[in-house]
Amino acid sequence: MITYFLCLALFCVGLYCVLRKRNLIKIIIGLGIIDYAVNLFFVLIGYRHKGRAPILSSTQEIKNMVDPIPQALVLTAIVIGLAVTALIVAIAMRLYEKYGTFDITKIKRLKG
Amino acid sequence: MNPLIPKNQNTLKPNPGMTLIVKVVTRLTVGLILLFGIYIVLHGHLSPGGGFAGGVIIALSFIHLTLAFGKDFALRKLSESKASLLESLGAIMFLTIATLGFLGGYFFYNFFISKGKPFNLFSAGIIPLCNIAICLKVGAGLFAIFLVLILFRLPEKKE
Amino acid sequence: MYILPLFVVIPLGGAFLISLLGKRMKAIPDSLGFICTGSLFLFSLFSVFLTSNMEVIVYKVGGWVPPIGICMVLDGLTSFMLVTLNLVSFLVAIYSVSYMERYTDKWKFYVLFFLMLAGMNGIVVTGDLFNLFVFLEIASISSYALVAFGTEEEELEASFKYAIMGSVASSFILLGIALLYSIAATLNMADISLEIAKLQSSSRILKFIIVLFIMGFGLKAALIPFHAWLPDAHPSAPAPISAMLSGVLIKVLGVYALIRIFFNVIGTDKTILSILIILGIISMIMGAFLAIGQKDMKRMLAYSSISQIGYIIFAIGIQTPLAIFAGLFHLINHAVFKSLLFLNSGAVEYSADTRNLDEMGGLNNRLIITGHTSLIGSMSISGIPPLSGFWSKLLIILAAVQAKYVGLAIVAILVSILTLAYYLRLQRDAFFGRLNERLKAIKEVPWTMQVSMLILAFVCIFGGLMLIPFLRPFLHNAADALLEGRNYAGLVLGAVK
Repeated sequence: MITYFLCLALFCVGLYCVLRKRNLIKIIIGLGIIDYAVNLFFVLIGYRHKGRAPILSSTQEIKNMVDPIPQALVLTAIVIGLAVTALIVAIAMRLYEKYGTFDITKIKRLKG
Repeated sequence: MNPLIPKNQNTLKPNPGMTLIVKVVTRLTVGLILLFGIYIVLHGHLSPGGGFAGGVIIALSFIHLTLAFGKDFALRKLSESKASLLESLGAIMFLTIATLGFLGGYFFYNFFISKGKPFNLFSAGIIPLCNIAICLKVGAGLFAIFLVLILFRLPEKKE
Repeated sequence: MYILPLFVVIPLGGAFLISLLGKRMKAIPDSLGFICTGSLFLFSLFSVFLTSNMEVIVYKVGGWVPPIGICMVLDGLTSFMLVTLNLVSFLVAIYSVSYMERYTDKWKFYVLFFLMLAGMNGIVVTGDLFNLFVFLEIASISSYALVAFGTEEEELEASFKYAIMGSVASSFILLGIALLYSIAATLNMADISLEIAKLQSSSRILKFIIVLFIMGFGLKAALIPFHAWLPDAHPSAPAPISAMLSGVLIKVLGVYALIRIFFNVIGTDKTILSILIILGIISMIMGAFLAIGQKDMKRMLAYSSISQIGYIIFAIGIQTPLAIFAGLFHLINHAVFKSLLFLNSGAVEYSADTRNLDEMGGLNNRLIITGHTSLIGSMSISGIPPLSGFWSKLLIILAAVQAKYVGLAIVAILVSILTLAYYLRLQRDAFFGRLNERLKAIKEVPWTMQVSMLILAFVCIFGGLMLIPFLRPFLHNAADALLEGRNYAGLVLGAVK
């Protein structure tokens, strides 16, 4: 139970980083922390008491396995997070080229 | 002057890479990393890993080469256009496997490759082929992303 | 039944083929664009015919029986959304043949466009919750890249803001899906609704999941207070992409996913409906007020989108049969006339090189087709009879009065008058009046752009005909599929053979 609350605390740390930091790269890092927190939460949901890794083996007999579905889903979610991070970093680099700064309080040409 | 750009970034002389020790160690390890990645892809149905993890490791071997020897050397091994081509081929191969199943009944249905006995290398139907297709796409795609991000040179600021 | 996976395969195959061949042969992206979107539109019309007698068609992917496997479900609401989506994307694909000439690398645009189309089609046809999330991410990531397509300063800033906010919303949705999996132990939407029915309805975790989904999907649908990305992202995108984003993407990703999950999977009660009504009313009012003072043509249209989505959510929140019918009718009407208006603004930008209303004037003398179709679109969105927008707004107001929300119906009428006000201002500043001195030499836009604007205007004029009893089942099946509520599970699992 305590692990779930720690995951949600990590999520809140990432959310604070996205909301309050002024540097573009720190916002991207905050987004990464949010992704890690949600993926970790999802994998931990699949834990079963005294379960082993969900891999069949021809030599041993396995009685209790953890749930393999969240692991497959989290693999997909990690790939999605990677794609978003790559795109946002490329946009941030071009933003630096056009505006000359990473500070979001100075990148404010669209208003109203 | 921007403090974030190192001083020789804007010149066009070829990138010499890192020091000699790094280059010698890289010559030994980069082939092993590539082989390890291929092993993870091919045994994706027997042990953890599969297409995505193996693809990332294969891309990492090329990135390792780029970091140690410089960009020009790595581009001679796998240029950007070849990486784009491999990426598209991997995606089309995956879609073709899915559509061939469509001809046999349902989508992704496995009717043309035998399922074999469990725990063998040549078993589990279309899953190894899908793993290879995903490995091509992910590996080439990640290397292409890395090339785009490092090839981006900031122009000199004219005051 | 075998056409269901084609909705995902055709755009994906088109995207990968264009990325392989598009750089070398210049004719491939345009022709593949036309063929793929045209065939998708024909298949979607065929799917309406398949579900015309209210049966649900289920396709098992890979032959695996649900709930073990992923299934694709075709019911009335799905075929309705498929027709809306593919009609607009077909016309936008025709339009972008000549509009995107002024950007370099037209084949990259087509690759991203097809990926976005595959994602949106996948959201609509799928019957599995995580599959919905994956397709939602595919469509969202493609749209982040498409907003930044021109790589000017404003476009990059708008795309960065949109990408960060969209990713945070997607992680809220993923957190909601994780919690929903933890109580239901399955990912099939029909099975989840059966499991939730066994829970007591006042469990606290279900309330938390509902809040997470409203925050996540509400940001994708641009409801107030989650709207802050929309007025920057929609004007900065190239005009065909603004039409797709504002016309289809916020409806498929936001409204469709929200109502599918709330009506068919989790089940609605009074609190959820009143939250939807409140969010709808606030979006209506704030969108209209914020649109009045705008000088940029596309920014005004973007704020107007927020207002009209407020109408749709308000109508769906009332949850009487007439209200849901009216909400879905307004959804397809808004898709048609908002994309028409954005394509018009793109045509103005193509000819006159400006988006600022102060610099335009009297464009009706030069841009004949653009001016007249823009007039039809503006009158339709303001609710002037006998164009299509009038009928849908009338039905929404009648449904609100019938459900005893008379005060909110009066608010809807006042917002409609405000809508008329700022669209009349748009027409007067841009199209009527005397021709501005700098714009004397502009010419009409190329024929591909004219064709798509004309067809959309045609659908605007005759859209009211969807109410005649012959064509009414099209909308009726869609509304009935939502009103089934939890019976969706029984229908889907019964149709699995």
